[in-house]
Amino acid sequence: MASQVQKRPVLLQTVLVGILILWMIAAAFPFFWTLWGSFKVEGDFFSLADWTNVLTGEMTTRETGDAFTTEGYTGAWVQEEFWKAAWNSTLVCLFVVTISLTLGTLGGYALARSTYRYAFWFLLIALIFRAMPPITLVSGYLPVFFQWNIWGHLPTAIIVLVAINQPFTLWMLHSFFKNIPQDLDESAMVDGCTRFQAFRHVIIPVMWPGVITTGLFSFLLAYNDFAVTAMILDKQNQTMVPKIASFLGTTQTKGNVMFAVAAVVSTTAPLFLLIMFFQRQIVSGLTAGAVKG
Amino acid sequence: MKHSAFFWFVLPSAVAMLLFIFFPIVSVVVQSLHSAHEQVIIEVENCGPFGCTKATAIDQEATAALREDQPLGRFAGLEIYKDRNHLATAQIGPLWEQSTGIGDFIGKLMNLPFYKAMGFTLTFTFVVTPLTIIFGFVIAVAVNSAARAIRGPLIFFSLLPMMVTPLIGSLILFWMVDARGILGTALRWLADDPSLSVKADTGLMWVMLMVYGVWHSAPFAFIVYYAGLQTVNTDTLEAARIDGASRWQQIRHVVIPHLLPLTTFIALMQLMDNFRVFEPIVSFNASAHATSLSWAIYNDLGGETQQLSSAAATSVLTIIGVAILLSPVLIRTYRDYGKAA
Repeated sequence: MASQVQKRPVLLQTVLVGILILWMIAAAFPFFWTLWGSFKVEGDFFSLADWTNVLTGEMTTRETGDAFTTEGYTGAWVQEEFWKAAWNSTLVCLFVVTISLTLGTLGGYALARSTYRYAFWFLLIALIFRAMPPITLVSGYLPVFFQWNIWGHLPTAIIVLVAINQPFTLWMLHSFFKNIPQDLDESAMVDGCTRFQAFRHVIIPVMWPGVITTGLFSFLLAYNDFAVTAMILDKQNQTMVPKIASFLGTTQTKGNVMFAVAAVVSTTAPLFLLIMFFQRQIVSGLTAGAVKG
Repeated sequence: MKHSAFFWFVLPSAVAMLLFIFFPIVSVVVQSLHSAHEQVIIEVENCGPFGCTKATAIDQEATAALREDQPLGRFAGLEIYKDRNHLATAQIGPLWEQSTGIGDFIGKLMNLPFYKAMGFTLTFTFVVTPLTIIFGFVIAVAVNSAARAIRGPLIFFSLLPMMVTPLIGSLILFWMVDARGILGTALRWLADDPSLSVKADTGLMWVMLMVYGVWHSAPFAFIVYYAGLQTVNTDTLEAARIDGASRWQQIRHVVIPHLLPLTTFIALMQLMDNFRVFEPIVSFNASAHATSLSWAIYNDLGGETQQLSSAAATSVLTIIGVAILLSPVLIRTYRDYGKAA
């Protein structure tokens, strides 16, 4: 490789390594620290006396007899019924991803293949919708949802999240379909397929890499959403993120902030696995927009 | 593609966006022009053995009937936009006259809820965006110089701050800078001030929110720059080297021009994202020190009494703000795609 011909000066190399180490600490340390702390009692994780208590687990040993405790986890999952929120999150994510991808592949395919000007305007409007903060729409939803009596239910949240997801899904899939050669489906149509048959038998088998990447991002949007789900789900149907936010209000007074810490770790764990397994797709998805404009 | 085929393919997602994005926008605009009905007051005359007294009471029936009749409320025009909680047009004039100077005027302006939110949102947007770009670039260069074998794990950990739920990421940081947390303790030791608390100090809170903002979005800039660095033309680099370009000259004249289009992309995406800053304010419990436009909407909607009209007016103002920020993107897309289409 040509780039290896030129050796970096020692000083530059040291600076680069230093930056890397600092950045790794900044990016990863908070998560490991919180994971470690979630197995302690509040007196240790938030220690006014001595910060090393959280490492040695002094209070934890005094209160529970062991340096590690799962009190926070049992408190959150069993006592505060965090399992319900986890189940709601699972449902919301599953349906949001499936429905957004179904609508998005159909629309994205059509937008990639149409040569008319209205397809461009459609994409431009979708771009405007995408840029708007979702919370600005909420005051438009509420009166209608109250009137129809559909406020607070999971299906309502799912439909709203699907709609908010659409502009992004359309843009992403549109650029993926643009990369699938047009000759592929056109030759199928020359052979007598209708447009839908060509889509069904020729495009669907080759579109999965793009669909999986887009699906990951729809999943993240549904999983991470706070603004919309906090406003349109009632207490029984809360998903994990609004549930954690509501912990903060109630547990601070009861001295059970460790429940929130345990819930935060529980919510982060699936994301960890997701990034680990799909790192390549996430990177390609993040850069797809940049390359395509 | 034929018109009819296009129509049927696009229909489901068009309907979804029409019903749940377009109509709500219309509804928000309409709502922001109406305000809730005032209660109907009637005068009741109570006549007793010692004469008659007049008392006012709320006519529940009439109020309910009025609300039923016009569920939107009474038409208020631009009244809500002009009130103290939004543009405060009536308050600004006197404020200007009372102020001793520009600084004093801005300080007083920041006591009005809308300008307080606007002030923080804009400061956040225009401080965090450039810092994100700089940090992202530096990290990308550093990762690119690392051995190929460890780049995978490096990218994995770099992605974490961005992919983790914003509410959760900011909570994790908040617990660490808590006066009893590890960073809070470190800060107190560094500043040699045992009473130092991020929670209690407006300036520190602003800094902390922005630190979170950069921490959260630097990975995005990093990934885009890193991908860009992979596609730098090695032939051009080699040619530059043969012509005697120094390391800095190679970066200045080959790498940076290659990454420039990516920078505009990152900047525009970040401007839009940072403008909607919201979750960290909830997590940090920072509303006493800093509010944002999104937070103001959330606060209006979530309180004991839902102030729909007030939230709607703030929403419209936010959308206008986004539209102004977005106009360069729209023009760019129009030029790029408009020619091709």
